[in-house]
Amino acid sequence: MTPFTTVEGQAIRLIENNIDTDQLIPARFMSRPRKNGYGDLLFYDLRRDAGGTFRPDFPINQHSGKEPFLIVGENFGCGSSREAAVYVLQDAGFRAIIATSFADIFRNNALKNGLLPVELSKTDYEALCAAHDAYPERSMQIKLHEQCVTLGTDSWAFTIAETSRQMLLTGMDEISYTLTHIDKITDFEIRYGAATPWGHGSGLGASDSVG
Amino acid sequence: MTPRTIIEKIWSRHRILSDGDRDLLFVDRHYVHEGSHHAFDKIAQMGRALRRPDATFGVADHYVPVHQKSPGKGANADILRMIEQLAQNASSHGFLAFGPKDKRQGIVHVTMPELGLTLPGMIVVCGDSHTATHGALGAFAFGIGASEVAHVLATQTLWQAPPAMMKLVVEGKLGRHITAKDLALHIICMIGTGGATGHTIEYAGSAISALDIEERMTLCNMTIEMGARSGIIAPDDKTLRWLEGRPYAPDRPDWDAALAGWRALASDPGAHFHREVVIDGSEVAPMVTWGTSPQDVMPVTDCVPATAEACEARAYMGLMDGQRIEGLSIDQAFIGSCTNGRLSDLAAAAAVLAGREVRVPLLISPGSQKVRAQAEETGIADILRSAGAIFADSGCSLCVGMNGDRVPSGARCASSTNRNFRGRQGPGSRTHLMSPAMVAAAAVKGVIVDVRNLDTATVEVVK
Ligand code: SF4
Repeated sequence: MTPFTTVEGQAIRLIENNIDTDQLIPARFMSRPRKNGYGDLLFYDLRRDAGGTFRPDFPINQHSGKEPFLIVGENFGCGSSREAAVYVLQDAGFRAIIATSFADIFRNNALKNGLLPVELSKTDYEALCAAHDAYPERSMQIKLHEQCVTLGTDSWAFTIAETSRQMLLTGMDEISYTLTHIDKITDFEIRYGAATPWGHGSGLGASDSVG
Repeated sequence: MTPRTIIEKIWSRHRILSDGDRDLLFVDRHYVHEGSHHAFDKIAQMGRALRRPDATFGVADHYVPVHQKSPGKGANADILRMIEQLAQNASSHGFLAFGPKDKRQGIVHVTMPELGLTLPGMIVVCGDSHTATHGALGAFAFGIGASEVAHVLATQTLWQAPPAMMKLVVEGKLGRHITAKDLALHIICMIGTGGATGHTIEYAGSAISALDIEERMTLCNMTIEMGARSGIIAPDDKTLRWLEGRPYAPDRPDWDAALAGWRALASDPGAHFHREVVIDGSEVAPMVTWGTSPQDVMPVTDCVPATAEACEARAYMGLMDGQRIEGLSIDQAFIGSCTNGRLSDLAAAAAVLAGREVRVPLLISPGSQKVRAQAEETGIADILRSAGAIFADSGCSLCVGMNGDRVPSGARCASSTNRNFRGRQGPGSRTHLMSPAMVAAAAVKGVIVDVRNLDTATVEVVK
């Protein structure tokens, strides 16, 4: 995972609230392996009109792939748990999403992949949007060490759980980290398995041949 | 001891260690499906093994073609590859997976509980948001993304921060023809799709106790549509009766040992909840969505909101402001999904369809092969077919349109599913969510109607 420390660049703004994962990537595309890239699938149906041509009025269609930030409304990423909703944003070049709130699973998925979900208070969010609308071309900065978004002379603070922050800063892979605790996991499994023998392994009530 | 909620009790039984703001929890059941391929690719890339094949169960559901008359209808090479990939991962990692021809196949959230794999007090996860369904049996169950799926595959654990708890109390009696689906949509109408974000909902109250287990699954299933990741109902006698004797449920004497633990799960009196919401069940009407989010919902007797906010959804749905939803003509109908694809749902539809004929195509995809077999045995399937419905095989089908089944662009579908997002049932499709009985009524009349105004037969289901 690419570490996230300080990222600088322009932002694109989408005004809608409750953008769901089916809008981020329609389900019919999810059989594609990740290595083939997901960027072109972002907002697939919203970007195009009925005839399949790009709608010039849809903000993402002005996206050059160089803007690292996307400003959205509230409850962003609601709906299904598909991590592809993060892949499309990442593969399209976004590094951070700014919102007043995120759907839980989307936030988790984003953090695990190094896409930073920045949650601002309503007042800060409105101030940021006003500043962005006034100078949409202006570059902004997101500093994860300081946990702030900076635009011109203004700066807004956000918070993020400490372990997630460390993971993002270092680009550490979580599975390897967890497996450093493997002894404790094994001990737990032995104790727990003895207390609930019916729940696991050979203790499961039925065999492969259930009618 | 400080009084604890059911989630706190389950949590403490599964906590391995803590690293500050989060705990490492042991996972009892990990369900995977075709869509879990990203996670298997990930552990393969890392050269990691599957830690607990005995706690991992797979099923093909999202991509499975459901039309037996023409098997493979709509199934392109991509779809077949997805199903094959799951079977390959199961055999190379040595876990049990139920393919399309297996009698245990079905939608993951229907078939796994039916098999007795989901048990009270367990932590159950799956790379699918509707995993909340399993909370109906008193399990702490939630959907996870592909990175977390990979993490569970490799470690059988997950890092979690304790969720805020919401207690949602439903008192009073649900009226005639009012189902758990209507109750769920009613709650979403009141609190919105973001209303429970960050929370786990524990349902309680007399109306919840009165629900049977299948209805509880419908309600917990829709909890994700309220923004909560998980919903739970403490196990009671009904839960235990429902579970006993299921293929993977413990046999005696293990059953008795398990019971003691399960009975102690209920939240203690005085346990702390961050929020409490009380709802009067007697006020719930048959609900129908008009827009493109589950919160765009209202009683069938109401009119489409005329607000400016609703403008875009109205336009997409081809509706006028202030228009009555009753009488709106539909092009097709669908009954199925992990929300409403169980035997009692088919029975409710059969009660409406008995002696009638559908005016628009009605596709019925049972939630599992077992539900399908039971519908055949009880005669429900005959009623459905006599009314002209297509009684198909089990899979997600039109709930998500990944198996080749689609609602054409601009067409209007009355659907017993859980999401009416733009294009969910196919690009340009227009979905109206409602209960199975309401879908059946709409299919019979060709327009959205209030099922309470129709005479219905009694269809016996032995539960
Ligand atoms: S039936 Fe629908 S909601 Fe349920 S698992 Fe399948 S696609 Fe998801």
